[in-house]
Amino acid sequence: MSNLNSLSHFWPELILTLTVLTAVVADLFYHKDESRKVAWWVLGGLALTLFAIQMGGSTVTDLFMGTIALDPFSEFFKILVLIATVLVILTSFNSNELQDYRVGEYYSILAIMVFGLFLMASAIDILMVYLAIEVVSIMSFFLAGYLKKNPHSNEASLKYVIYGAFSSGIMLYGLSILFGLTGTTKFVEMQAAISGLSPDSNLALIISAVFILAGFGYKISAVPFHFWTPDVYEGSPTTITAYLSVAPKAAGFAMLIRFFNQVFGDSSALVSESWQALNQIPWPQLMGVLAAATMTVGNLVAIQQKSVKRMLAYSSIAHAGYMMMALPLMSKAGVYGIMMYLLMYLFMNLGAFFVVIYIQGKTGGEDFEDFNGMGWKMPFVGVVMTLFMLSLTGLPPTAGFIGKFYLFAAVIEAGPQYYWLAFVGVLNSVISLYYYFRVVKHMYFIGERSETVEMPESNLVTFVLLSLAIPTFIFGWYFAPVANWVSESLVIFQGM
Amino acid sequence: MNHLLSWIIWLPVLGMVAIAFIPRDKTELIKQVSAATTGIQLALAIYLWRIFDASTGSFQFMETAEWIPSFNITYILGVDGLSLPMVILMALIGFISVFVSWNINTAVKGYFSLFLLLNTGVMGVFLSLDFFLFYIFWEVMLLPMYFLIGMWGGPQREYAAIKFFLYTLFGSVLMLIAILALYFTCGNTFDMLLLMDTAPTALNGVLWWGMSSIKVIWVLLFIGFAIKVPVFPFHTWLPLAHVEAPTAISVILAGVLLKLGVYGMLRINYTMLPDGVFWFAGALATLGLINVIWGAMCALAQKDLKKMVAYSSVNHMGYVLLGMAAVIAASEMNGDNLISAQAGLNGAVFQMFNHGTISAMLFILVGVIYDRAHHRDIEGFGGLASQMPIYTGLVAVAFFAGLGLPGFSGFVSEFMIFIGAFPVFRTIVIISTIGILLNAAYFLWAFQRMFFGPANEKYKDLPEINKRELFTVVPLALITLFLGIYPRPFLDMISATMNVLIEQVVSLGGLAGVM
Repeated sequence: MSNLNSLSHFWPELILTLTVLTAVVADLFYHKDESRKVAWWVLGGLALTLFAIQMGGSTVTDLFMGTIALDPFSEFFKILVLIATVLVILTSFNSNELQDYRVGEYYSILAIMVFGLFLMASAIDILMVYLAIEVVSIMSFFLAGYLKKNPHSNEASLKYVIYGAFSSGIMLYGLSILFGLTGTTKFVEMQAAISGLSPDSNLALIISAVFILAGFGYKISAVPFHFWTPDVYEGSPTTITAYLSVAPKAAGFAMLIRFFNQVFGDSSALVSESWQALNQIPWPQLMGVLAAATMTVGNLVAIQQKSVKRMLAYSSIAHAGYMMMALPLMSKAGVYGIMMYLLMYLFMNLGAFFVVIYIQGKTGGEDFEDFNGMGWKMPFVGVVMTLFMLSLTGLPPTAGFIGKFYLFAAVIEAGPQYYWLAFVGVLNSVISLYYYFRVVKHMYFIGERSETVEMPESNLVTFVLLSLAIPTFIFGWYFAPVANWVSESLVIFQGM
Repeated sequence: MNHLLSWIIWLPVLGMVAIAFIPRDKTELIKQVSAATTGIQLALAIYLWRIFDASTGSFQFMETAEWIPSFNITYILGVDGLSLPMVILMALIGFISVFVSWNINTAVKGYFSLFLLLNTGVMGVFLSLDFFLFYIFWEVMLLPMYFLIGMWGGPQREYAAIKFFLYTLFGSVLMLIAILALYFTCGNTFDMLLLMDTAPTALNGVLWWGMSSIKVIWVLLFIGFAIKVPVFPFHTWLPLAHVEAPTAISVILAGVLLKLGVYGMLRINYTMLPDGVFWFAGALATLGLINVIWGAMCALAQKDLKKMVAYSSVNHMGYVLLGMAAVIAASEMNGDNLISAQAGLNGAVFQMFNHGTISAMLFILVGVIYDRAHHRDIEGFGGLASQMPIYTGLVAVAFFAGLGLPGFSGFVSEFMIFIGAFPVFRTIVIISTIGILLNAAYFLWAFQRMFFGPANEKYKDLPEINKRELFTVVPLALITLFLGIYPRPFLDMISATMNVLIEQVVSLGGLAGVM
């Protein structure tokens, strides 16, 4: 579709841009103590964006001369990102880390990041892929280092920059090889070009695929590209840690699915049975091993953590690993499983981080010791946290179980050659029980049983906790509407 | 009454909701609500037994409701002669356990809420006929158990709780893989009744990595269930969990939760993988033998009374496995010995029920003495018979029932198991009778050390067993005695279903030749 015509389908992004501009300008008029009011502008803009997405209907087309796809698949991820952003903004009101700073920019930057994430979810051109990733990355660097008086936060930001620059460099190299081989930047045309390549170029193709995988792997923090994750997650403001562990990860998966299935798949994205051009090496097995390594490393290191925040950081690596199990399958069920999981993961992981923020505000720390006796002192928070821990472990009847259920079902459905992956996955779930329930242990079994009971003092906290906990619980019992939504969203732009 | 089974399952959750609205300092009211809930549940279970048609082995009082159609998940409930005794057992033990926990004083509200949730989970497992539903209930039990052990347990409670949780979760995730593998290989369904029809043939000759798929799924399911039973070598969580758990939870754990494993094997492995039964029967009998001997030897070595009782569970569940293995006697290659198979299988289910009542009784009695003396060291007592004659009498009944003395129900079921297993597993049965001897040895030895000999001065003021405690023990003792003398009502209830089960195993087993 031509550039001018595309604009009429680009309303959500346009509204976002306006939101960012409004927020920046509005910030100028607020005194430092009032700068958090910018958040309301951003929230309003996000609401309008969501409305615009809903109004857009489920058209499947390309925009801006084939650089961006408009399809239910990208809409799903956009809505996911919006939900996550709204929840994180609401959470940020309660963060006492941010109290010492002017937070106007914080919210504006979040809105820019949303824009980048939208592009990530819908890019179908390698230049757009790169641009989108950079927009998101640079905004993440800002946000990770937002606590400028806190050395850990500075360190997080610096580490993030170095790793980010390095991995995007490698990815760019891979993309350039791919461009050299195919002479095009568009996914669909690349696929056609690759199928016509002579076998001599296989080596170059494999190298480019591996390099590009490194770039995506960094974004979703897959082993062995995960080293930045724990330090960045620990140093960043907890609200941003929560955000980074959900939204960019979701968009990263969207991009990964789109790119690999479309460029290296043998026909159209979701129905292809094998990988074209990559059959010289055991590509699915390689992806499987990466998935297994990701979840195992994430889990084993998470066990040893003293800080709940750091534990959640490592465990988010493990969760990326569970989702990666579905990548080598090349099946509709696999993509479906990833989407279901991301949706469930959004609520439970943000929930867990929100409780950490809340406890941090109460006790000043985020170590396991700081949770001692909290289940007795704050029964509501205790119960909700137990629910999130249950869900993150993947136990029924919670959303986390349903997410894992769909993932494992996809793996088992793909046939006996993937059963080993399912085994590694379920064993990892058992391992994760140990450290997730350490939180529960500290909340209920260790420390004094307080006689007085404390309820959250503000309605906002209760509201956010409930809006995270209710889906986590309900989707464990009744997920038919969600399942339908995901299956309707499983329409990916395949070229005009 | 419509939806009788749903009522039985969900009633405790209603009780839980009611408790949620009671202020937490009104502990008596909370206990009364729990007692009322489980009491109504027991009444419903007895009513179910009265209107249950024992002449047919098929599922009755079926309930079906759409749940998640896109994944073929349905809400299906049903009861047959295998699940009915388990439901009655759970309702009975659940009701009694409320009174056993009457002296719980810390966080009463939390305790009884979790207690009722546990009840729902167990009932759900026994009554659900959809694999997904089955799995959800199976897992729902874990969390309340974790908290009940971890919060109200003994000194090592945290460790015991997480060990229990990790062990059982390990088993159940393997089961999840098996469930999914069955789903995708046998026509995309979680409906157990459908799977019972399709699975035995659909898996024929399907090889995974050169192994028969039947064997793979059998082993996955078996490990999941064996951890619950527990079968040697997966039993190590059990003594710890028992020792640390509060009395009422030990009672439920031994009385009902251990049965879930065997129930799962009979309900799922036996009906869906009959070929595997033939392949595994020898191993099952051997494991049963190891459980019998190992459990008895360990019990003999214990100084802690509760631990001794816990190991006696390992021992008693060994007989159940032996009886289950006897089912292959009915096949042609094993001499078409239908009567043996019937005796073995009926004996196994009867033994499950009897162990439920007997071990519940034993744990309650251990709790009684622990509440008074604050320790459970067998050597630390002595001459209690003169202080607490009624208590001594009840312990004698429980111990004699436990060691399988004729006249008690345990004798009948063990006898049936031996008769059933003898034609097929002659050596194993002969060796396992040593277990009976050891069984008698540890019970009698403990009895002697605790109740006879010189009276321990420290305990000369121990109060006699009180009325509430009597109320919890006496009904169980009466049931044990009654069924020991006249087991027919029980066997009539289950035998039709057992015949169907034998028919399913024998007619469909041996087809794929996995042996």
